[in-house]
Amino acid sequence: MLTFILKRLGQAVPVLLAIYTITFFMIRLAPGGPFSDERKVAEHILERQMEYYGYNDPLIVQYGRTLLQHVKLDLPPLTSHIGLTAADIISESFPVSLELGLWAMAIALFLGVPAGVIAASRQNTWLDYTPMSLAMTGICLPTFVVGPILALIFGIWLRWTSVAGWASPVDRILPSLTLGLYYAAYIARLTRGGMLEILSSDFVRTARAKGATEFRAVVIHALRGGILPVISFLGPALAGLVTGSFVVETIFQVPGLGRHFVLAAVNRDHSLILSTVLFYASLIMLANLMVDVLQVLLNPKLRYK
Amino acid sequence: MLRSLTTLYSLLTTVLAALLLVSCAKHDDGKATRDQATADNILLFGNSSEPPSLDPHLNTASNGNKIITALIEGLVTYHPSNDNLPEPGVAKSWTHVDSTIWTFQLREDARWSNGDPVTAHDFIYGYERMLHPDLGAKYAQLLYLLKNAQQFNEGALTDFSEVGAKAIDDHTLEITLEGPTPYFLGLIKHHSWHPVHPPTIEAAGGMTKPDSAWTRDNYVGNGPYRLKEWVISKIIKVEKNPLYWDKENVSINEIHFLPIDDINTEDQVFNSGGLHYQNTIPTHMFPIYEKNEDPYLRVEPWIGSYFYRVNVTEPHLADKRVRQALSLAINRRAITKRILKGAHFASQSITPNGIEGYQPPQCQDFNPKKARQLLAEAGYPNGEGFPTSILLFNSSEQHKQIAEAIQQMWLNILGVEFELRNQEWKTYLESQQNLDYAISRAAWIGDYVYPDTFLTMFRTGDGNNMTGWSNARYDKLITDSMKVSDSTKRLAMLHEAEEILMDEMPIIPIYHYARNYRIDPAVKGWYPKLTDNRNFKFISLEPDKRNSTSE
Repeated sequence: MLTFILKRLGQAVPVLLAIYTITFFMIRLAPGGPFSDERKVAEHILERQMEYYGYNDPLIVQYGRTLLQHVKLDLPPLTSHIGLTAADIISESFPVSLELGLWAMAIALFLGVPAGVIAASRQNTWLDYTPMSLAMTGICLPTFVVGPILALIFGIWLRWTSVAGWASPVDRILPSLTLGLYYAAYIARLTRGGMLEILSSDFVRTARAKGATEFRAVVIHALRGGILPVISFLGPALAGLVTGSFVVETIFQVPGLGRHFVLAAVNRDHSLILSTVLFYASLIMLANLMVDVLQVLLNPKLRYK
Repeated sequence: MLRSLTTLYSLLTTVLAALLLVSCAKHDDGKATRDQATADNILLFGNSSEPPSLDPHLNTASNGNKIITALIEGLVTYHPSNDNLPEPGVAKSWTHVDSTIWTFQLREDARWSNGDPVTAHDFIYGYERMLHPDLGAKYAQLLYLLKNAQQFNEGALTDFSEVGAKAIDDHTLEITLEGPTPYFLGLIKHHSWHPVHPPTIEAAGGMTKPDSAWTRDNYVGNGPYRLKEWVISKIIKVEKNPLYWDKENVSINEIHFLPIDDINTEDQVFNSGGLHYQNTIPTHMFPIYEKNEDPYLRVEPWIGSYFYRVNVTEPHLADKRVRQALSLAINRRAITKRILKGAHFASQSITPNGIEGYQPPQCQDFNPKKARQLLAEAGYPNGEGFPTSILLFNSSEQHKQIAEAIQQMWLNILGVEFELRNQEWKTYLESQQNLDYAISRAAWIGDYVYPDTFLTMFRTGDGNNMTGWSNARYDKLITDSMKVSDSTKRLAMLHEAEEILMDEMPIIPIYHYARNYRIDPAVKGWYPKLTDNRNFKFISLEPDKRNSTSE
């Protein structure tokens, strides 16, 4: 297992290097620079800014220098937050995104898995159709529609929660719910699919024949295998929840990393773009690694390979 | 049994719902956040987005300006109600000779938030920092009125003592300008003229460090408020500065600046009672608030213009009759009424109304017949032979609606075809600077209340001209006006210059901005301001009497 993990970590290095290289050159292709403004910046001022932030060196020198800075974790100064580096931004905003992502994940699993299990064990009855139609609706409705609707109902009409912000525990509810519902829908469908396959397999029939209760057959015997598609989905889902929450963070005024990720591109803050891309890439790879380990632990078929 | 699973599940759901209700019950004590804040004397201020910096010499954003005004005080500050008037700040009095040499008497009791006295030397240090080529301040040009400032900023002059700013003693500051400047007191309200605390700057890497982090680590200011908390993209809190010379007259205890960049979110936060001041109203909500006579809604003139630049280097746009025809074919009132729903005012000049002693000259209004006639005279009868051209704007629903309307008007009235091109912000800026357009949407917000702030940019070769237009008479009028100290005469020259602009039409005015925002009536001392800049020390919070009796 340890060699497996080490091997995967080793593979991550060239992947990160490739991501860094592609990002570095792609962002330089975009028109407009970090210093352009609605008011024309005088040439000599622009020149000074370019020099200070290292834009006057040949591109390949900049490429190497920025790479080295990222390897040494001594990040370059930002142009869109004067006086800060990406490390300041990430350390302040990532915990927020992580918390939001974890809450959303909890909601997604809490709603999605039971709904999928029930739907599968009562296939083609209303207990199947109702949650699955709801799930389909959930997948089709984008977060920027669900979010404001939830805010309107719970924040403005009922006044149960605040409509935006990230100060009190109550502020966590709406963003987590908005983000979580979307993934709950996916998870419900995946669970149902996985469960249907397992429920018709021989060992479940054997369990039932031996007199196991329906609950025992479904939850103890079948779920362990039926949940596997969900587990493999969790890696990308967790990364997506933590990184892809830009829309939800914007709608609910959550000071997370997702907003910085997008605004960095809008502001052409090249250092911030590179650092956040690399950070996210590492995170996604880490999440996938964790999922692989989890799958090996859960699936006996993989363990003895 | 499956039933037990469903029972377990519904049990858990109930627990979750109960938790939700409990936490909400705690949250909702029957009072909106805003009313509680009013009672605690805290102003909740929607401030559009996270400012890139709170350094008075590096900030270029208006959301940063609002916070800096609370934290640092200049020689004079924003008057509570009239932008044409100065309000004493660190300077208690001033005299001038021919509005060229200004002598400011600084008050002795002005203090930095660490207790040090504010002296004339701190102002000199500030000017030197702002103008130092190594700092690379983007707004350094705002100080070019100072004698020799431009040469110093461009590196032609290295001895700052030759620049027209001198500390006679600790509390007397003498400023020598390049020429007479009647609006000088209005100009120095801007934060680029503010002092900074030299030891703090030196400790954070020196005067000329372009990414100095002093504002993040240790904000030493001299304003009515001091920085209390700064969480990126979440909140900036400022609190009353106990060392401020006029602290007795500062009413509000704390101001919370909330960087809510999504305008729909801001609207909902205001509706739910989370803000005293809503910076921006979504376009689609404006007519609703207007129709319902929303008591919070404000529509006030603002010193800003929305206009189209015309690229005069394009052969078919080089003839002024073509540009006039394009302008004559725009029904501005239809645009402000149907698209903007009355949120802004149709305009026939670049300079907005409201500048004391200046009545901007008007270009001709909507006249389809004359438009067709002029276009025909220029060689394009019914638009024949007029090449399809690019109408550029930065991506935004409203710019698009306006561009589509104007595209239709030009096609229907003149028979000329325009292709709409929307670009993301930085790409649009680049295209506009490279004259990579035929017509381009543009906007300008004045820095101070004088026509110069709009007119100087259309001089030949000015970085903000961006139309390729050049007119010797115009340039001369602008340059000559800067040597005239008599205000009436000077404004008359600027008037003549704008007449040329409105006849030559390298730009087509469309509307003058209004500030559309919403504000809670508990906020007192808040007046319409042409510049939309206010000093928070003149603003107070009083709970609404009607509300408190009904509770």
